[in-house]
Amino acid sequence: MAKLHVSTTINGEPMEFLCEPNDTMLDALRGPLGLTGSKEGCASGDCGACSILLDDRLVCSCLMLSAEAQGHEIRTIEGMAHGEKLHPLQQKFLEMAALQCGICTSGMLVASDALLKKNPQPSEEEVRFWLAGNLCRCTGYDKIVRAVLETAQDMREARN
Amino acid sequence: MTDIRYLSPSTLDEAVSAFAAAGSAARILAGGTDLLVQMRAGSVRPGLIVDIKKISEMTAIEETADGGFRVGAAVPGAVLAEHPRFGKVWPGVLEAVNLIGSTQVQGRASAGGNLCNSSPAADSVPAMIAAGAIVTVAGPNGRREMPVEAVPAGPGRTHLKPGEILVSFTLPPRPPGSGDAYLRMIPRTEMDIAVVGCGVSLTLKGGVCTTARVGLGAVAPTVLLVEAAAKALVGSKLDDAALSAAASACSAACRPIDDKRGTIAYRTKIAGVLLKRTAAIAAQRAGGN
Repeated sequence: MAKLHVSTTINGEPMEFLCEPNDTMLDALRGPLGLTGSKEGCASGDCGACSILLDDRLVCSCLMLSAEAQGHEIRTIEGMAHGEKLHPLQQKFLEMAALQCGICTSGMLVASDALLKKNPQPSEEEVRFWLAGNLCRCTGYDKIVRAVLETAQDMREARN
Repeated sequence: MTDIRYLSPSTLDEAVSAFAAAGSAARILAGGTDLLVQMRAGSVRPGLIVDIKKISEMTAIEETADGGFRVGAAVPGAVLAEHPRFGKVWPGVLEAVNLIGSTQVQGRASAGGNLCNSSPAADSVPAMIAAGAIVTVAGPNGRREMPVEAVPAGPGRTHLKPGEILVSFTLPPRPPGSGDAYLRMIPRTEMDIAVVGCGVSLTLKGGVCTTARVGLGAVAPTVLLVEAAAKALVGSKLDDAALSAAASACSAACRPIDDKRGTIAYRTKIAGVLLKRTAAIAAQRAGGN
């Protein structure tokens, strides 16, 4: 069976790749596309380490076929920083040590970014519910939640 | 390594032809949050995957001429939540759909997939049954309609005929004084599978319940429509006696399994407890309408 040819946009750049019909988007990202920032934790949609944006909607790339990317826009953790300048969430995660082993961090950042775009002033409860699909097995949730809340405040102040 | 084919037709006719021609090896892909997990686990090895999301009817949310709603089978929960009116008219259906999985899963998972996956614990199904939703299915012999509760046949099995695809849910117009609600019992606060799920939809007139429907999940091989519970509510002012009778009817309808999530005795008892709580929320919402 011939491979499928997929044309898509990843982090604003037009991209093309070949895939098997049953490859997941995570397979394509980490394989032919060489974007290994998205992590495979559970490969069943439970852990959120592979979180990406599909047309600005937060999804698990392990629960999406790569063939489905045809004609759509994907954003990954690699598109979060502007060159050397980190996104405020990335900077805050570093400052507040909101990571331990780092496997969940890409997904936490992508998911938190999606939250702050939708809701610039989330409550702690809203942050915890939004991130319920992002598991941290180092159990560092508290620092992560605090970093998201502080970033939200910083970003609001920067806008005012 | 694989002989799987992937198709993403833009018309329902194309989808039905391809799906019917491929026989039992074909699978429909909506949000994929069940299908991809099953493929990964090796429990499903499809020869053909038909992605239905390029078919506009499958992803549309429309208000019908009579004031009801038609929701495409592949509409993700997050999209339904963003609809300006749906959640105001059917808050119970929306809260049930939005309980399926995480934020990430909500970005993809649909009520159509939840129904066709046919888990007895599917969160959206009791609420859809309570709402009196009718589904439209399309197959090689054309279209037909059936009530939501007629779709599940048992865990993982539906009454859809070979080649048939679920197209949409049609929810009826709401008379004044109507409200619905869905509650599920889980040991955590998020991201878990229902031990019992209960959907109630009712209409009040002058404080008296004039119509009611009750859907009950995770207590039998399929999600149940509990007509005896609804009957106990109708004609009452939702007083303690009526609620206790409806709760007993729910417990009596239970044919649950014992598993790690709950015992038979626990599920049977909780079904009644949830009925009372869910009916109270539905009544409160009905009072506001």
